[in-house]
Amino acid sequence: MSARVEPVSTPARTGVWVGIAAITLMFAAFTGAMVVRRTEADWLHFRLPPILYVNTLVLLASSAALERSRARLEAGTQWLAFTLGLGLLFVLGQILAWRNLATQGLFLATSPSSAFFYVFTAVHGTHLLGGIAALAYVLGRARRAHGFAGALGAAALYWHFLTALWLGLLLLLTLQL
Amino acid sequence: MPESPHRPATYARETAEKITEIKHLPPQGFWRKYVFSLDHKVIGKQYLGLALVAVCTGMFLSWLMRLHLANPDLAIPGLGKLWPNGAPGGVMTPEFYLSLMTMHGTIMVFFVLTTAPFAGFGNFALPIQIGAEDMAFPRFNMMSFWVTFLAFLVLVAAFFVPAGPPISGWTAYAPLSAVGKDAGPGQGTGQLLWAISIAIFCVGQLLGALNFIATTLDLRTKGMTLARMPYSTWAWFITAVIGLVAFSVLLPACILLILDHVAGTSFFIPAGLVISDTLQPHTGGSPLLWQHLFWFFGHPEVYIAILPGFGIVSQILPAFARKPLLGPRVMIGCMIAIGFLSYMVWGHHMFLSGMNPFSATLFSVPTLIITIPATIITLLWIGTLYGGKLRFTTSMLFCIGFVSVFVSGGISGFFLAQPSIDVYLHGTYFVVGHFHFVMGVAAMFGIFAGTYYWFPKMFGRMMNETLGKWHFALTFIGVYCIFMPMHYLGLHGDVRRYSAFTDEYMKGDMPLHRFITIAALFTGAVQLLFLYNLVRSRFRGAPASENPWQATTLEWTTSSPPPFDNFGGHHPVVTHGPNEYGEQGPDGSDHIMQTAPAGR
Repeated sequence: MSARVEPVSTPARTGVWVGIAAITLMFAAFTGAMVVRRTEADWLHFRLPPILYVNTLVLLASSAALERSRARLEAGTQWLAFTLGLGLLFVLGQILAWRNLATQGLFLATSPSSAFFYVFTAVHGTHLLGGIAALAYVLGRARRAHGFAGALGAAALYWHFLTALWLGLLLLLTLQL
Repeated sequence: MPESPHRPATYARETAEKITEIKHLPPQGFWRKYVFSLDHKVIGKQYLGLALVAVCTGMFLSWLMRLHLANPDLAIPGLGKLWPNGAPGGVMTPEFYLSLMTMHGTIMVFFVLTTAPFAGFGNFALPIQIGAEDMAFPRFNMMSFWVTFLAFLVLVAAFFVPAGPPISGWTAYAPLSAVGKDAGPGQGTGQLLWAISIAIFCVGQLLGALNFIATTLDLRTKGMTLARMPYSTWAWFITAVIGLVAFSVLLPACILLILDHVAGTSFFIPAGLVISDTLQPHTGGSPLLWQHLFWFFGHPEVYIAILPGFGIVSQILPAFARKPLLGPRVMIGCMIAIGFLSYMVWGHHMFLSGMNPFSATLFSVPTLIITIPATIITLLWIGTLYGGKLRFTTSMLFCIGFVSVFVSGGISGFFLAQPSIDVYLHGTYFVVGHFHFVMGVAAMFGIFAGTYYWFPKMFGRMMNETLGKWHFALTFIGVYCIFMPMHYLGLHGDVRRYSAFTDEYMKGDMPLHRFITIAALFTGAVQLLFLYNLVRSRFRGAPASENPWQATTLEWTTSSPPPFDNFGGHHPVVTHGPNEYGEQGPDGSDHIMQTAPAGR
């Protein structure tokens, strides 16, 4: 198998774009529901756990590491592995944020505001786990053979989208909660 | 990518820009071949098989309902044994009637009208029609089917929990769908199973839509420009885009409903709600929010069911009229317009929700506007028939029947689009008649047309035409006898969802109800003809040639049934549009295949 130039449009890339559209719409529905629900009297304002901001930095760093990995494909896969590690760290951080809320007595059913917080982070986290699986798949392929730039490109597109989505969600949560 | 021995090197160079990798090898062994198959043709047939099981289940439920409506005291033999709570002694309770209605609607809308025309025929035919070897993501495709199958099992499981299936209709309006068992039998576990099933179903259909879109955009063979794409492919593609948006919204709605059910949240349940003398421990939720989310999905869902039918009819009518489709670009433009407008009209399902009359007008106007592209499409079909050399095959008859029932059901839509008229009619049988015609029967006729048309390609054998024509004629008469009188019942004030019309002021309508029941039993029995034809033709039908209908699209250039990779290792090169009927072909025939030598 010889290395070849990756074309601009591949089904994988198109597929990720379609997936991005679907996830965006899903969160549009969630956030729409939140905006409607927020007007009721039982909406409880609370401070977001500070660890979320650390997590955000970790996720941004993971996106940067992923780009560095793509720029240095020939040099090996250590940056890709690093990205993967940062992704897992982010998920761990989100779980810590949940624990932080729980110690404050804020659970899923406590208030619609906490409910939306848990739902947003859980659904985003689930999609991020999908991204981690995709990166792990690319990493496995990269260690076996060349010619994985297309798959990596598609996975990177998805990963950066999840980073951007998280930034948007964090902004919304900061403003609304 | 390993170079295929069948593929000339020039082709590989020509398609360097467009990857058409061989996605997977021919399957070995029973499981990979028939069960967990990656082949889009097998997956298409699996979807159609699931739809067949689902439609039989759904129709059986409608029989039970109709029997009860015709004679509310009737003890249906065996029913009491199956559901001792719902039908003690075989006579169903009003609640059990509602649970049958809920399951009938859910099964028919999701597992028949969404799976068969879109996922079933689309999976089978779309890749072949664009000259691809398979879908873009065969593994996602396989998952799409099995996830949908799981959703069906979860839904049907609701029949076997102690309190039975939910009673809140296929729309599962909150808060009664969200509070649990206090809201009635089936509203606990049954309703929860419903919500889980639909959430799973959304995942399956999203995977399917993803595949349809990526395949259509990226895997078209050389020369298959968008303008040369068959109309059925166009319809499946547009449907996939609609489905992507619709199911992306229904999924979060179901997640929130499930959380209200099991986690004590209050997304849809308002404060101070007392149900069955119990104060519900919830605060501040919005039942209307569920209606908005549901109908934002629900109205486009109507077009998910019917647009593939538009495509199938637009594909089949010219083939049997031996005449090009009239205004093909207008047709595609209208389908896109319908897809776009379908997202602006969801509020017309909510005129009774107490919405501001100005909002109602806002939803009423696009509802009326959407009838314009639908009317243009209908006129294009009729114009296509005009002056054609019509061949009245069964498939053609069902296409013409499609136009008929679509118009009959569509016309009552004009009335319902007016908020002031809808306030009176919305809760009545008028609406039942309307949507069964325009969405149910029309889509079913599209499914039948597609089955008679593609069966030879699927199984390499012809279906029996004589049986098919009887099937059409009797079904056509039957559905009009069932659904036409419902409009009169609705105008007369018969409320839908009532399990019996025995009160003094409604008694006079009972003869009509009995007539509808007889028609429903008759029409259902006629479907046995179809089932018999299907099974018999599968094994005993006359062998089908490559192109039994003298049609022009790519699926008719390969063997019946097509080989594993659709075109036996070669890639068709497309030089003509799908619409070249009535022109002298290179072999003296009256049509030009899409792959005919160029330069004509």
